[in-house]
Amino acid sequence: MAIKISARRQIAFTIIAWTIGILMFFPILWTAIAAFKTESDAYTLPQNFLTTPWTMENFAIVQARSNYLLYIRNTVVIAFVSTILGLLFAVPAAWSMAFAPVTQSTIKWSGWRWLATILGTAFVVGLFLYALGWDLTNRASIGFLALVIVIVPAALWVFSRNTSDSLLWMLSTKMMPPAGALIPIYLIFNRNGLVFKDWGWIDLSDYNIMDSFWGMVPLMMLLNLPIIIWMLFTYFKEIPVEILEAARMDGASLWAELTKILTPMAVPGIVSTCLLNLILAWNEAFWTLNLTNKYAAPLSFFISEYSSPEGQFWAKLSAASIMAIAPIMVVGWFSQRQLVRGLTFGAVK
Amino acid sequence: MATSHAQKVGRWALAPSLAALTVWAFVPLAIAIYFAFLRYNLQSDNTGWFGLNNFYYFVNDPYFYKDLFNTVALVLSVLAITIVGGTGLAILLDQPFWGRGIVRVLMISPFFIMPTVSSLVWKNLLMHPVFGLFAAIQRFFGASHVLDWFGTVPLLSVIIIVSWQWLPYAALILLTALQSLDLEQKDASMMDGAGPVSFFRYIVLPHLSRPITVVILIETIFLLNVFAEIKVTSVGGFAGNLTYLVASQLNEATDIGEAAAGGLIAVVLANLVSIFLVRIVGKNLGT
Repeated sequence: MAIKISARRQIAFTIIAWTIGILMFFPILWTAIAAFKTESDAYTLPQNFLTTPWTMENFAIVQARSNYLLYIRNTVVIAFVSTILGLLFAVPAAWSMAFAPVTQSTIKWSGWRWLATILGTAFVVGLFLYALGWDLTNRASIGFLALVIVIVPAALWVFSRNTSDSLLWMLSTKMMPPAGALIPIYLIFNRNGLVFKDWGWIDLSDYNIMDSFWGMVPLMMLLNLPIIIWMLFTYFKEIPVEILEAARMDGASLWAELTKILTPMAVPGIVSTCLLNLILAWNEAFWTLNLTNKYAAPLSFFISEYSSPEGQFWAKLSAASIMAIAPIMVVGWFSQRQLVRGLTFGAVK
Repeated sequence: MATSHAQKVGRWALAPSLAALTVWAFVPLAIAIYFAFLRYNLQSDNTGWFGLNNFYYFVNDPYFYKDLFNTVALVLSVLAITIVGGTGLAILLDQPFWGRGIVRVLMISPFFIMPTVSSLVWKNLLMHPVFGLFAAIQRFFGASHVLDWFGTVPLLSVIIIVSWQWLPYAALILLTALQSLDLEQKDASMMDGAGPVSFFRYIVLPHLSRPITVVILIETIFLLNVFAEIKVTSVGGFAGNLTYLVASQLNEATDIGEAAAGGLIAVVLANLVSIFLVRIVGKNLGT
């Protein structure tokens, strides 16, 4: 039995909901209106937007002055390439965890095993570097050795987990605060960072991926990879295994199973994942503000340039803002339902 | 049950992602630890072992305690606003009224606005002490002295902007959770004579407790890292948080060692939160 709702109640809810909805949307609306006004009209208060003339000149001026097209190209390249790259990594991973889960961890870690792994790694790598003729007392060597001693046992540990532990561990990598990774990434990207300077055996004098797609695209991919994998995993998990088993009974190979049965069923999930990732990459502001300033700078950086003194030109600021947010807002409107799953790591569907 | 062939292929399919994330998780951390113990400023060649001095200087930075307080205050107040407001909005959107789809789109939109845009729009078009809309409204109601938002209450201004961005997120998630509430429960409680308040208290709230937990934890991760809103509105000196302090150590002081030490402190802080998140989400996993 459905509850009958009186017309009066419905009218009341309509009024309240529309009021709040318009209030929430108001700053965007206000910006959109100001974008079509002349500079002096955008300042005048109280604003009589209805009577003042409308103009498109702001958009042209923004493009002419600060080359909007360059920034949107950068944003599109970073967002799209990182999404595609992320899918290349995530689709196989999510497929594997959803359909061929590992139930038991392959290595049982104990204190002694840890110690042996770490010391063994240090010994083998040290020997190898010594054979290569490295000076092992040099700080670069010590740093490199320390890195290997961390990474090898860590990788062994990660790769020996069972599937549910792997999933949780992937999630936990998303908790890494950007402030903690900022210095290392800065140094890795920067030619003058200590990380690569003293290596000697490869010529890295031309190496500099600061403010370039070579740096920003993989970075953006890594930032969002846990979310992509999780979201895809929850979608794949919903595909009934019985269908695959039936196909196997009929003699389908693994390849046929993947391409003919799984892929068509997975397309909606993959598309929603793409949309979420596009939104996240488009709006990313911490890394873009810190690591780009010209060649690979995306729209979030472009807008930050208006903080001063261009910020005094509000009509132009508004026009630039609208140009920066309009494309992704439309994408967001169409994918709001799918966003929930990705943004809660599948906890709310 | 997966075949052993599928198992074997599955291992290889998982490997690239695991490798990429292993590098992402451990290499920066190892490098940060290494540099946190070095005296290393980009403007001088004088590098060397510095012990715990980087941590000492970072903690004794005149801004440290203020920024630590700001970090916590920002996270807690935005959480309070978005959870309470989001629950209200979700319940409202769950009611039948005309144009639900459109109102939903209007309400969710702020979440898709990039932080730099929302900061500048709020700072200039709305909160500006002379030409801003809020000042105009104040003057309309006869105030002789308008509030200079970013001048007098910078932290509150940042909180308002960030809340505006995250309110739709909480509302959207809680709405989705609310729509999975069994209607028959509502009918049954109505028949038993429950009013709207006790219905909310005993049926809706318990149903929302898990999604609310998820929203709190995920928002916390993002709110600890608020940066653009502070940087772009140039209130770093008044309402900066830890993330901002670390970034300014790099960008303004060019002190790699101290920034790395500060970054590690931020990592510890974030981990305290994330331990809970991983546990709660993990319980729900059911693989």
